Amino acid sequence: MTLARRDDDLYLIDLLDRLLAGGVVITGDVTISLAGVDLVQISLRALISSVSRLVEP
Amino acid sequence: MSDTLVYLYAVGRAALRTVVPAGLTGIAGAPVRALVADRLAAVVSSVDALGFGAEALRRNLDDLSWLAATARTHHSVVDAVWRREPVAPLRLGTVYVGDDNVRAMLHEREAAFLALLSRIRGRQEWGVKAFTATDPDVEPDEEGDGAELRPGAAYLQRKREVRDRTSRLRAEVHDAVEDLHRVLATSAQQSRRYVLQDPRLSGHPPNLVLNAAYLVEQATSSAFTSAVDGWRSPYLQVELTGPWAPYSFATLEES
Repeated sequence: MTLARRDDDLYLIDLLDRLLAGGVVITGDVTISLAGVDLVQISLRALISSVSRLVEP
Repeated sequence: MSDTLVYLYAVGRAALRTVVPAGLTGIAGAPVRALVADRLAAVVSSVDALGFGAEALRRNLDDLSWLAATARTHHSVVDAVWRREPVAPLRLGTVYVGDDNVRAMLHEREAAFLALLSRIRGRQEWGVKAFTATDPDVEPDEEGDGAELRPGAAYLQRKREVRDRTSRLRAEVHDAVEDLHRVLATSAQQSRRYVLQDPRLSGHPPNLVLNAAYLVEQATSSAFTSAVDGWRSPYLQVELTGPWAPYSFATLEES
């Protein structure tokens, strides 16, 4: 089984797809934070701000 | 000790206690350990309230370099354990106050976690992405054969031809994607398609037309990967990643 070596950024995107939209989400009052709350929104905000930092002169 | 923050990477059967590699480190270099509660164990490490308290976490998630580093560490811990013992990965950023609360959660969710673990046992996740060879939204800049028509009519005819060609191409790409997904999904136990977000938000290249995950029996995974590698389509370029721990299929069914 071979796994093609990939560009690091693309790999990060695959990883974030999985870690921010996948994985078990435990709801309930013992978790102090992030019981699935808008995590994808948060990461998108992070990505947007990093993209606009790149685009802005 | 009671208010130490505990970061959870994954949950598996209690047996995983013996497979957590010695010297494995997690976030901020903290040692990774297994927290056992009856039949289950959680893979955890202690984290700093400065980085992982509710407020700090919310702030840090907006910082792409923090997010990237945390995601890489989370994944490296999950992967090191998953290759030895089936585990259900947890969503990034799952933090508890103290070991006791983790154990209480494991007790409370035991049945649901055991069901999930038997569903993913012996199975791997593979990621498949498909890109169009050409971007169907880009109108090809070709001369139509309306040269003998008046300029206005020729312009309209050219517009129409381009539009027809574009929508034909888009339909063919769509069919090719559905074809590929159907074939792969039938040889997988489960499949999941990720939303194709605006490329500016997701970082995906604009010509991404399929981003899917497939849960595949380990015994048949070489057949699955050959099916992906051997897929030929004039419209699509197909890319395979994996095997991954079953991130995309780790959902608890609450009873």
